[in-house]
Amino acid sequence: MMVAEFVFYLFAALTVLSALGVVGSRNPVHSVLSLVLAFFSTAGLFVLMGAEFLAAILVMVYMGAVAILFLFVVMMLDVDFAQLRRERVRYLPLGLAVGVVMLVELGLMLGHHHLVEPPVAAVAVDNTLAIGQALFTRYIYPFEVASLILLVALVGAVALTHRERKRLHRQEISQQLARTREDAVELRKVASGEGA
Amino acid sequence: MAEELLDIHLTLMMPEILVAVMAMVLLLLSAWTHRGGTGVVHWLTILTIGAVILVLQAGEGAAATFAGQFVIDDFARYMKILMCLGMIFPIIMSLDYFRGHAMDGGEYHVVALFALLGGMIMVSSGGFLILYLGVELMSLSFYVLAAWRRDDVQSGEAGLKYFILGSVASGLLLYGISMIYGVTGAVSFREVAAFMGSPAGHANQLLSLGVVMILAGMGFKVAAVPFHMWAPDVYQGAPTPVTVFMSVMPKVASIAVLLRILMEVFVVQHAQWVPIVQLFAVLSMGVGAFAGLVQTNIKRLLAYSSISHVGYMFIGLVTNTQAGVQGVLVYLTIYLVMTMGAFGIILSFDRQGLGEKISDYQGLAHKQPLMAFVMAMFMFSMAGIPPLAGFIGKLNIFMAAVKADMVPLAVAGVLFSAIGAYYYLRVVKVMYFDLPEGSFKVSVSGGGFLIVTLSLFLTFLWGILPGDLLAWTGAGVMVFHH
Repeated sequence: MMVAEFVFYLFAALTVLSALGVVGSRNPVHSVLSLVLAFFSTAGLFVLMGAEFLAAILVMVYMGAVAILFLFVVMMLDVDFAQLRRERVRYLPLGLAVGVVMLVELGLMLGHHHLVEPPVAAVAVDNTLAIGQALFTRYIYPFEVASLILLVALVGAVALTHRERKRLHRQEISQQLARTREDAVELRKVASGEGA
Repeated sequence: MAEELLDIHLTLMMPEILVAVMAMVLLLLSAWTHRGGTGVVHWLTILTIGAVILVLQAGEGAAATFAGQFVIDDFARYMKILMCLGMIFPIIMSLDYFRGHAMDGGEYHVVALFALLGGMIMVSSGGFLILYLGVELMSLSFYVLAAWRRDDVQSGEAGLKYFILGSVASGLLLYGISMIYGVTGAVSFREVAAFMGSPAGHANQLLSLGVVMILAGMGFKVAAVPFHMWAPDVYQGAPTPVTVFMSVMPKVASIAVLLRILMEVFVVQHAQWVPIVQLFAVLSMGVGAFAGLVQTNIKRLLAYSSISHVGYMFIGLVTNTQAGVQGVLVYLTIYLVMTMGAFGIILSFDRQGLGEKISDYQGLAHKQPLMAFVMAMFMFSMAGIPPLAGFIGKLNIFMAAVKADMVPLAVAGVLFSAIGAYYYLRVVKVMYFDLPEGSFKVSVSGGGFLIVTLSLFLTFLWGILPGDLLAWTGAGVMVFHH
């Protein structure tokens, strides 16, 4: 039990610290790397709760795909860091004040109340089976709606970025097949001595 | 497991299925037909939404399916019909706009249909999980639509601004939902309401915090005042037909959700949310009235106008009575009609690249007396001058507030509507008393003419004989038993 508690606090502290790193670091690349660490320590928390499948998904999808994609975007964008820093100094006092007030309020409220105990996995089915059963029976409707959201994201991204290139040479197979000898070859009789 | 599977009645969600399937069919159609298909897609979209309205019209009774995650009743049906009208009118008006601005329109209609679907899912949601998904589907579609004219800097800015601020609002909403889930261990409205009614739910501060966060998130979606910053910029930057979508559809969906969760789920937290919504109402009316005074762009002006209209609707929400809910439904319906009419006029200008600035309307009455008259009527109606429909909307809301012993709120509403009247009348003054500079080349499209005429007719009809409207909304109100 002691070990589990120690590991929990370790991962929890890591999550909070790396989340602070995401918003606090000067270099956006460091921010993204902190985000990766935050995802990883959250995955650790999931393992502690016995949700190995979620942990694996978190590592593969969020760390492997999403965060790395972020990293590419951050590195490719030409962001003026000096400008950002100046603006941050301007808005820092106000943002900090609001943040501290909200944090204190949250702390006051959380201090007196307890959340519902997380449901303990009582059934002897494994993770993937339990998630699959929940997703495709009880939560099939939200599941389908979520897939529509992904479809809109896809359509939107293509619609906003796709440009038709006018001078692109495309292969039109039907046109190639429809070509006849008469279209393609022209025979001319060149008088002797007059050819170029 | 098996018994849960049995609780699926797809016939109840015919309208949603119709919209989703047609959106995907049209997506394929516009991919295959390339550019030439825009017209076909346009008409099929209109047909689809028309069919959905007919299906909704025919439905009756209250039912739920998917273990209570999908709820349908008279209230939901009324709101869905409003949303369908809020989508179909701008689409009818905007075919010429597409031709004029050389916008590729096939996928545009698909995304618009998905936005409608998101709104319908929100209105029919029976739990926080599905509510959030509906909000996301609708918002994501609107972010894309706002940026549709991607070569236009303002449109791109509008899309990006809407996206970033909207994501923050979604975050707030999710945070609130997670608080409520953390305390109650449930996401369905029924279970959360039951928990809140139990002794453990009374005076639980964490629950209140969740309620506040959800209010903030939804307040953003309707552009109620402390969360309104995005609205003027987005309304101005987005292509005009999208501005028409945005000024009606999301507001109907979000106000429907607010009515449902505040009056049915957060009943015990009544003492906590009433002051907040009151504050939203007063601030929205105030900022809408004062900030509208200095606008020079008519789309920005109508953005501030919509902010103040939301403020009036929140008064009806605060009363927490059936009369208040009916006031909100009546106001929403009239707001829809007035907005469609006013934007119909703006759209018939917009094809010449004119019509964005208020000064573009200088002396319109001298050249196009009929058009100026119609625009003036919509402005009078928005200002709440009798005998037009806008007056009836405000009257119902204020009456409900007085009946619920909220006289100060009603007085504030009357005062702010008097201040707001100034900027509506300024548009009328520019059209009638300023001299025209240059000539107007106005061409009203067939669809635009149809919608503007219909809106004008309804504005007069409901201003003088609001009986029908009150009867229609009455059925939807009965869902809330108090």
